[in-house]
Amino acid sequence: MDPTPQFQITPLVGSGPFAFTNSALFMVVTTVTSVLFLLFATQRRALVPGRWLSLAEMSYEFVASTVRQSAGTEGMKFFPLVFSLFMFVLIANLFGMIPYSFTVTSHIIVTFALAMLVIMTVIVYGFWRNGLHFLRLFVPSGIPIVLMPLVVAIEVISFLSRPISLSVRLFANMLAGHITLKVFAGFVVQLVAALGAIGWGLSILPLGMAVALTALEFLVAFLQAYVFTILTCIYLNDAIHPGH
Amino acid sequence: MSDNEAHDRDPERPVVLGDLSERLRRLDRALEQARADDVRVDERANGMRASTQGMAQALRLATEFTAGIIVGGGIGWLIDWSFGVSPWGLIVFLMLGFAAGVLNILRAAGLAKEPGTPEG
Repeated sequence: MDPTPQFQITPLVGSGPFAFTNSALFMVVTTVTSVLFLLFATQRRALVPGRWLSLAEMSYEFVASTVRQSAGTEGMKFFPLVFSLFMFVLIANLFGMIPYSFTVTSHIIVTFALAMLVIMTVIVYGFWRNGLHFLRLFVPSGIPIVLMPLVVAIEVISFLSRPISLSVRLFANMLAGHITLKVFAGFVVQLVAALGAIGWGLSILPLGMAVALTALEFLVAFLQAYVFTILTCIYLNDAIHPGH
Repeated sequence: MSDNEAHDRDPERPVVLGDLSERLRRLDRALEQARADDVRVDERANGMRASTQGMAQALRLATEFTAGIIVGGGIGWLIDWSFGVSPWGLIVFLMLGFAAGVLNILRAAGLAKEPGTPEG
């Protein structure tokens, strides 16, 4: 029971570096699903929202309040970016929970690309808005001049580690969660195959574990999307107000 | 209930002030009860939000530290590789990366100031 084939990337159309792979297919499906969901949900607008409309309003309100809390009202100009990121990560994570599907966010290159998108937005907007004043981000006030090179070096490394931690967190959680789930589900089959009748009785334990882990994975799928969103907002806040 | 109330109140007695104040008091009690229920629901919602935020924060901490070390080590290795000063670049920047990782954790836990915040 090898738990890793679920992460295999296989080309569906074409070949070579530009092949349309199963990963690309699920990215397209994720994007189309989130767009269709919002279009469908907001089609029939009503004062008293129906089930779909209230779901769409809930996701809007959730992201909007996160942006306002972490980046202030000025951060709302980045709302389209943050909301797209949240919906993409959340729906990609949830699609990964469907058996036999592919989890887009379990590949570090995907999450790293998303993280670089955020950090490049922060850097470009930070310099465009604040000019060289943006570099104040790396120079804490009230530091003796002797310690300055050391502190600035640490601050720069801390800033550079942001895209790494942002991408590693999402990818590692999804990868580890899916592997654990697969391993415990594999135990059920292995116990029955190895021990026969006793195995049937014993396999209840890993089966219960697999059920509990599935619930946990749904929670993690949502939490990771939330963490990604809130950190995006915190980093954007640095671009908007460096050094206040 | 309604049977009892009908029994309490003399049907022939006209509705007087005492009766009215009794009803007002009952209304007050009912309102208080409803308000307490509201607060309890709010508290539960707040508790859920707090635990979500707590878990989100816990998930942050582990990677913040490793990311600092990875970046520090990466920079050190690059310096070694491009200037041929091995192993000094790695030694110095791994240490700086360690410091940055600790700083990241302290910031994620809200124990250190965010970069660039003014004194005080």
